This record gives sequence, structure tokens and C-alpha cells, in this order.
Amino acid sequence: MKVEVGVNGVAYERDVEPRTLLVYFLRKLGLTGTNVGCDTTSCGACTVLLDGESVKSCTVLAVQVDGRSITTIEGLADGEELHPMQRAFREHHGLQCGYCTPGMVMAAVSLVAENPDLDEHQVREGLEGNLCRCTGYHNIVAAVLDAAQSSREGAW
Amino acid sequence: MIPVAFDYVRAESLDEAIAALSEHGDEAKLLAGGHSLLPLMKLRLGTPSVLVDIGRLSELSFVRDEDTYIAIGALTRHHDVQHDTIVLREAPLLAAVAGRIGDPQVRHRGTIGGSLAHADPASDLPGAVLALDGTLVARGPAGDREIPASEFFKGFLETTLAPSEVLVEIRVPKGTTGHSYQKFVRRSQDWAIVGVAVARVNGHVGVSLVNVASTPVRATAVEQALASGASAADAAEQAAEGLEPTGDANATPEFRRHLARVLTRRGLVEAGL
Repeated sequence: MKVEVGVNGVAYERDVEPRTLLVYFLRKLGLTGTNVGCDTTSCGACTVLLDGESVKSCTVLAVQVDGRSITTIEGLADGEELHPMQRAFREHHGLQCGYCTPGMVMAAVSLVAENPDLDEHQVREGLEGNLCRCTGYHNIVAAVLDAAQSSREGAW
Repeated sequence: MIPVAFDYVRAESLDEAIAALSEHGDEAKLLAGGHSLLPLMKLRLGTPSVLVDIGRLSELSFVRDEDTYIAIGALTRHHDVQHDTIVLREAPLLAAVAGRIGDPQVRHRGTIGGSLAHADPASDLPGAVLALDGTLVARGPAGDREIPASEFFKGFLETTLAPSEVLVEIRVPKGTTGHSYQKFVRRSQDWAIVGVAVARVNGHVGVSLVNVASTPVRATAVEQALASGASAADAAEQAAEGLEPTGDANATPEFRRHLARVLTRRGLVEAGL
């Protein structure tokens, strides 16, 4: 079936099997920043934005997003200029092995977009759908709080 | 993990969806947000040969304040139920329960109708709609049919919906004066090991339990005890009456009965009883 999906501002028209999962559709475009982790809607490594909201791309069919707009980790930076969330993750060393990072960053972008006025508890609850098996949550939470503050100050 | 191949039908209207279901019968499944169905299909526990995608029927996503009840479209996402001002004001139990489902990503996709029609006995919303004495509206080839929540859930993943019917609307009464949802989990995004929903609506207290049977169940002994003037603590002691929950890796049957009593007491207290 033919689908046309906007990914990071570029329209991709592809012929897909209906059972094609969004995460594999994206990775076959060469956008391998989105990782497959648990593949069971639990770990959040495959999180992308669908029309600006976080979703787990292992549990969405490509045919479901026909005509809609996806943002992946590759679409956040503006050229060499990192997105404020990416910058905050780097400054706070919000990663260890890095496998969960793309999904964690995308989930955090969606979380702050919905409510930039977050406290630590809300950040931890808001990232409940993303697992870091290095257990590096402390710096991730610090990064998201910092990025949320920069968003409140109008830096986004 | 890749689902078994299937034919995909995108419904452009409710009538088209009903026609597709009528044509394909038991072979077809409705696809809404897909957050119950797709995980099952990826594990190949579900192998429908036709998926009828109703995800674009925006007319099924709404919250309306009616005279004595609120009406919620079946395609309304958990995220929207959680944050909707009418739901928060008139049926706060539903907003609280929707906000405890899965995680933000799941709530951005999953729908209230999908969760109810899937009828997983461990899922949260069926218990809430049962405690609220809600009504479900199904549309089929012959028109609309209203189904009381108490008659909707028939067994494990089984409802009274006919193969050609689509759940279109959920109605719950206005007039909540107290509510609580107690969900016991080991990890935040897990299914409830046991969940208890309490709704005080128009002077009546509804209490329901999830994941203690093959369907969500009403704690009728608790409700009767409250109606005869028992305290919350005494009424909650009746919560496991008649229950024969199964054991699994998370809990033995006895632990589930214990949780039913403890969570019911906490729920009644939080609801102001």
C-alpha cells in the first residue's frame, strides 16, 4: 500500500506492507537514530513524535501515519545547532551507554512541550515510559529540568 | 516482532467500518489506537486476517456535556480523557484512571473505546466505567444499541459486542461527589496486579475491582455493607467476598484477595467515606 509520510519535514512516498511497523519504516529510510529496544511497547527506545506528540514507533503501523508528520531524533537539531533538549542532555551527561537516549530525548521534548512548568516528580512520572537500563536517571532528570527551564525562559 | 500479514481497510466513515465488519465477520478486527491489538499481533497471539482502521473517524473523538451524563466518543484518547475539562469536572474518576494507564506515549495513542472493547480484565477503564454504572453505545447494521456496563463484559477479552458492531460512545452519569482509583503495580507502567475503582455518584457508591477475575467485577458485598451503614474499614473487609482470583508471577490468589481488601479500604477513604 502506498503511503506518504512527512519525516523531519521531508515527504517520503513508499509502498509498504500493511504490517510494517513505523520504527522499521523509519530505519529503512536510513534514519537509524530511532532504536528498537524491547519491541513490546515498554522501554520507549523507539519514541518519536507524531504530529508533535510522543509515541512508541514499535506499536504504530506505517499505514496509520499516512499523511501525518513524524519527528525523529535526526530532526531535532538545526544544522550544527543542537536542540535545547539535546544540549541539556550533553551538558548534564544525561546518558551512559546511550541506547535509550534518542527515545528519552524525544519523550522529554513532548513532555516539556505539553507542560514546561515541571517539577522533578513530574519529570520522573512523565518519563515513566522510557527505561534506562544503565539506571542513569539522575542526570536525565536534571537535563530535562534544565531544558524545561530554558523553554520557560523562551529559549526554544 | 512482525505481525502475521493481514489485509488493511481504512474506513472513511462509520458506515464503511460497519460494512467491512459485516463482510468479514470474525476474521476482522477494528484498529483504533492499536495499543491493545498491535502488541498481541506482534506476539502472534492475535492473527486477524483483516484490520479495519477507524483511527481517522474524527467524529468519534469528543466529550459532550449532556443533561444528566457526559458522553465520550469511543476514539477519545486516554490523554484527552485525562485532561478534558468536562471529564475532570463531571467524571473525575475517568480522568484519574485514564492518567494511570501505561505511560504518556501509550496515552497519546490508546483510546477509551479500544480499551473497553478489548476487555482485558487487568485494564483500568473497564473497572471505572463499571463503578460509574456507565452505558456503552454500539452501532451496527441495525442501528444503535445501548448496553449497560454491567452487561458489557462477558469473559476474558470478550464483550457482548456483535462482530459487526462498533462501540461508538461511552456515557457516564454526572454528579460525582467522591472518587478514587487504587492501582497496585510493581513498576509504574505495569498492568494493575489488582485495581479498585470507587465512585460516589448521586448518593450511591459504586466499587469495582480489576484483575481479580476474567472480567472486571462489582464489589457488591462492599456496596451493600456501605448502604446498610457500615464504616469504610468494615465494608472493605467484604471486598474479596466471592472472589476466586487466579495466581500468576505477580501475585498468589490469597495476595490478590488481600490487595482487594486493602485497596478497597484506601479507595473508600480517599473517596471520603
